[in-house]
Amino acid sequence: MPDQTQTGAAYGRLLLALLLAPALLWLLLLIILPHVDLALLSFRERVAPRQYVASLAQYRTFFGEPLYWHVFVRTALLSALATALTLLVAFPIAWVIAKLARGRASALLFMVCLIPFWVSETVRTLGWMILLRESGVLPQLLMHLGLTHQPVELLYHDATILVGLVYTSLLFMVVPLVGSLESLDNTLIEAAYDLGGKGWSILREIVIPHAAPGITAGCIVVFMLTLGNYLTPTLLGGKNSLWFTEQIYTQFITRFNWEQGAAFGFLLLALSTAMVWLGLRLSGQRFSDVMQRA
Amino acid sequence: MIPTLPRPVWLRAATGIYVGAFLVFLFLPLAIVAVFAFNNAPYPAPPWHGFTLDWFVGNEAAGRTGLFGDQELLGSIWTSCLVALWVTALSVAVGTANAFLMERAKFPGKGVLGLLMLTPLVIPGVILGISILAFASRVADFCSDVFGLELDFLRPGLPLIVLGQFSYVVAIATLTISARLRRFDRTLEDAALNLGASRAAVLRTITLPYLRPALIGSAAISFLMSFENFNTTLMLVGSDAPLTIMMYGRMREGATPVLNAVSLFLMAASAVIAVTLIRRGRDAKR
Repeated sequence: MPDQTQTGAAYGRLLLALLLAPALLWLLLLIILPHVDLALLSFRERVAPRQYVASLAQYRTFFGEPLYWHVFVRTALLSALATALTLLVAFPIAWVIAKLARGRASALLFMVCLIPFWVSETVRTLGWMILLRESGVLPQLLMHLGLTHQPVELLYHDATILVGLVYTSLLFMVVPLVGSLESLDNTLIEAAYDLGGKGWSILREIVIPHAAPGITAGCIVVFMLTLGNYLTPTLLGGKNSLWFTEQIYTQFITRFNWEQGAAFGFLLLALSTAMVWLGLRLSGQRFSDVMQRA
Repeated sequence: MIPTLPRPVWLRAATGIYVGAFLVFLFLPLAIVAVFAFNNAPYPAPPWHGFTLDWFVGNEAAGRTGLFGDQELLGSIWTSCLVALWVTALSVAVGTANAFLMERAKFPGKGVLGLLMLTPLVIPGVILGISILAFASRVADFCSDVFGLELDFLRPGLPLIVLGQFSYVVAIATLTISARLRRFDRTLEDAALNLGASRAAVLRTITLPYLRPALIGSAAISFLMSFENFNTTLMLVGSDAPLTIMMYGRMREGATPVLNAVSLFLMAASAVIAVTLIRRGRDAKR
């Protein structure tokens, strides 16, 4: 019956078109075209009201003005530092969850670690502000314990920003780490121990190579989120935060200099993409696998 | 090291202390926020002045505006809910379509499309925000100049916030729903078809009920993601501020404990969603 197969094929094509339409609209109208537009915006310069010419002026300003690229480099370095610290803090907990705690205790600990991240970042940052500001809980406590003569301001330091960033990123490191450590066979560790391996050498030669995919996935996600964070650095760092997303906001919203803001946005996107790519290359993983894991 | 190997006492003790310290680090900020919602003082700071419910029920007459008397704050909660409902509905609907597209359909360029669907997750939220803002403004300007049409929904405001949040929340919904659809045993559908069910009936009675946990789960996550979003929203906000933006503004000025009260409310709401999801997840596995 050729007739029926023909209608079947037509039906299939119609169904495919109907399923493709929302995906294409989403990606084209909300992702691809806006970014193309942003790129065009960053490569032009206003010469007179409503008159623009193609130019590299926005990027020249970025490299010519020390403040801008200093903030950029600073944001990148602090993000890298925050990522490393998050890994250091999260690894032991992931180890306890995956290897030491058993059954219910392990599941419970894992769940308890996830709970704070169901709460908005705004609320968590509010908590840190109440804890750390000059009239806040910790400075008062330090004074009462006689460790300081007067309350010290614990907000508005780089270290404060780092604490806030590590806190906010922990979840995204613990989850992939636990996943990759759970799949590590305990007998491998036992064998290494029986062959005379010590703690450090077992960690370096057995555990870390096995957990590498989880470590990479966690680091990529944490670095990206830290780089693009706005709330934590501006609230915990105050005027000293000098975070690059803040520069983008200032150009775009406060100064209404969209061309400059677009160039800044593209530089941040380029850095973020480069680090994701580098992380994938170094660990030899595929993008889609990492995203599934995270 | 692992339990089957000998562990020195100091290592066991150190592990215990570390876990304890870690949990304190995790929960201290939240506990502090909750406690100071009840402090009888105009600022959320020590010392403790006694217990009060003013920051929940206080009104102008008492000289303290509590959460339930703060029209601005209540309005922003409503705004956030409205935005989150739209984002959730759009994300789950489009996410389901995407899941069927990626798991069932065959077409050229599928691999590229699959990768593109993941890109919103690696674009910083601030940049998603500015790119959508710039593009929407360009389209609106174009329509205004050429056709004399004023498309207000493309100017900063709630519709643009919905679009901005949707642009990446839908990627998460797609991943969640696809993952469950992939594990579906397609012979169940074949059996139903063989028994004479129409395609629509199979979808309604077999496939969608199977997907239900993933649909509910992705709806809850979409709602939460949207409600808590800050970066993208900040760039697209118009005159009506959602809750996170409102709270941010007040936190910069140094706010009264009414913010602690609203935070406590948020914690309770998140806890309810989390517990329901975990319960459901456990039931589904049984």
